[in-house]
Amino acid sequence: MREFLDGLIAQGYFPGVPPEVVYAVGIVLVAAIVIFGFVLNVAGVTTFIERRVWARIQSRIGPNRVGPQGILQWLADGIKLLMKEQIVPTDADARLFTLAPYVVTMGFVAAFVCIPFSSALIAADLNVGILYITAVTSLVVVGILMAGWSSNNKWSLIGGIRSAAQIVSYEIPAALSIFPIVLITGTLSMQGIIQQQGWAPWNWFLFYSPFTFAAFWILFTCLLAEGNRTPFDLPEAESELVAGFVTEYTGARYLFFFLVEWGNLYVISAILVTLFLGGWQVPVVSDNVVLLNLLQFLVFFAKSYFGVILIMWIRATLPRIRVDQLMTTCWKFLVPLSLLNFIGTAVWVVIWPNGNRPVWYLMTAIGFALLGYFFYRVRFHLRRSQSQLLLSPFS
Amino acid sequence: MANRFATYLGNIVGTVTTVFEGLTVTCSHFIRRPSTVQYPDRTDLRVQDTLPFRYRGILEVDLEICTGCLACERACPIDCIVIDATKDKQTKQMVLTRFDIDIAKCMYCGLCSEPCPTGSIHHTPEFEGADFSLESMIRRYVKEPVAAYKPKKVETDAVVAPILERGMRYLEEFATADGAPASAEPDETESAA
Repeated sequence: MREFLDGLIAQGYFPGVPPEVVYAVGIVLVAAIVIFGFVLNVAGVTTFIERRVWARIQSRIGPNRVGPQGILQWLADGIKLLMKEQIVPTDADARLFTLAPYVVTMGFVAAFVCIPFSSALIAADLNVGILYITAVTSLVVVGILMAGWSSNNKWSLIGGIRSAAQIVSYEIPAALSIFPIVLITGTLSMQGIIQQQGWAPWNWFLFYSPFTFAAFWILFTCLLAEGNRTPFDLPEAESELVAGFVTEYTGARYLFFFLVEWGNLYVISAILVTLFLGGWQVPVVSDNVVLLNLLQFLVFFAKSYFGVILIMWIRATLPRIRVDQLMTTCWKFLVPLSLLNFIGTAVWVVIWPNGNRPVWYLMTAIGFALLGYFFYRVRFHLRRSQSQLLLSPFS
Repeated sequence: MANRFATYLGNIVGTVTTVFEGLTVTCSHFIRRPSTVQYPDRTDLRVQDTLPFRYRGILEVDLEICTGCLACERACPIDCIVIDATKDKQTKQMVLTRFDIDIAKCMYCGLCSEPCPTGSIHHTPEFEGADFSLESMIRRYVKEPVAAYKPKKVETDAVVAPILERGMRYLEEFATADGAPASAEPDETESAA
């Protein structure tokens, strides 16, 4: 990036402009392009796909009228929200109230800096990458608490406080489940972690040892809780809190909160894919760097989008848990288990510094056996219900 | 202590297995055919054509077989049916000058079609009755005075016969468990209602 701008300056494109200004403008432009070209679209299309997936699980069809198969539904919803009046309640703290959505969005967009889409396509490969993402996504809770407090509404306040309690609690098992990977790789950099994995499932850290396999699911649960997703969507529990911290929001500000909520699905999956599922690793099929990077991007995107669909699927499966159950799950189950994982992996790394190959293969076999058992159960339910199948996603 | 530890492990195993099983159930639903009927424009048949014969939609009157007995007007609990019938002095026949049904008031109870001796007033499967004014929701079936129908032993008129046959079939559907058509005793149904 910097070299590219230096080259432009050397060619005399910006006469009389200090180079610092050129860098600043360049960074802002790139950020804008990334946000408008990728983040917004991914978040928007995710809302549409979520509604379709959810509908199919409930034997409905979902939105299919706006554009072919309803693919433009998210644009229609977004435009509708943008055109609505932005109301600031009389008793609200107007300054914080208007600022909160931007803090939330900032925390979410900043996470994209460190997401490795391919071996070359990463905004900044920080040497503290995963730590940076953990830290920056916690900024979301500041915005949520701000929104809940400044709305001057009991529902909003309870929603905001619940969110804060939830995220603060679940950060601990989440961090403890990231540690095993850091222990194995000896680096915090996202690219560094991916480079030590391979394209094949038996080279993923998911199957490295029983401990990392458990760590994956613990981290998945914790990230669900941090993203305020079902079954941990207590901050915006419709049946209890109207809409939680977004109760008083309207129009574009409301849109920002939902942009973050759905965009977060992609961030969650990207973190999991990077740490456990081999990231962008593909077999070397071509010498062409551009082609290879494109393939890597597609593989990474496909893997993370599978994670997004898994999260939607869980939302359609599990009921919301109670507040006391939320805390019990975290402190009595996830924290001890992730500590156990941490210690287990530490011992594992001491005994086998380069990983235990037979166990790696064995875990992969167990993983695929579980997948096979899963489809066996699905077939069982289908046979018992004797219903018609429709494998096509279209309707 | 050991017991509590077993409970703790049991909770973990229970959580994992039940979530796994729940996901298989929802996955099996994910690939089933949705049961949504995409009314009104993406159905194989018109929805009205798929409804049962006795579906209580908008009321309709077959004036060809209306006897002008006013049984339906009396039966209507909310007076949404208004009939004006006069006796023609010369022909000694009932003449209908007005037969209005206010669809906006009608509550689709079906009490009017039960006492009808010929099945003239009956529900149709049509249900799309939305309109922009209350005035236009009054269905006026008599455009110009028309002679009421006189029941005969055997209907011979080629136009009236199929309508009457349909009307009687409609009444058959009201038949009680012992086989007697409810229309045979209109007074009883009225008092029972």
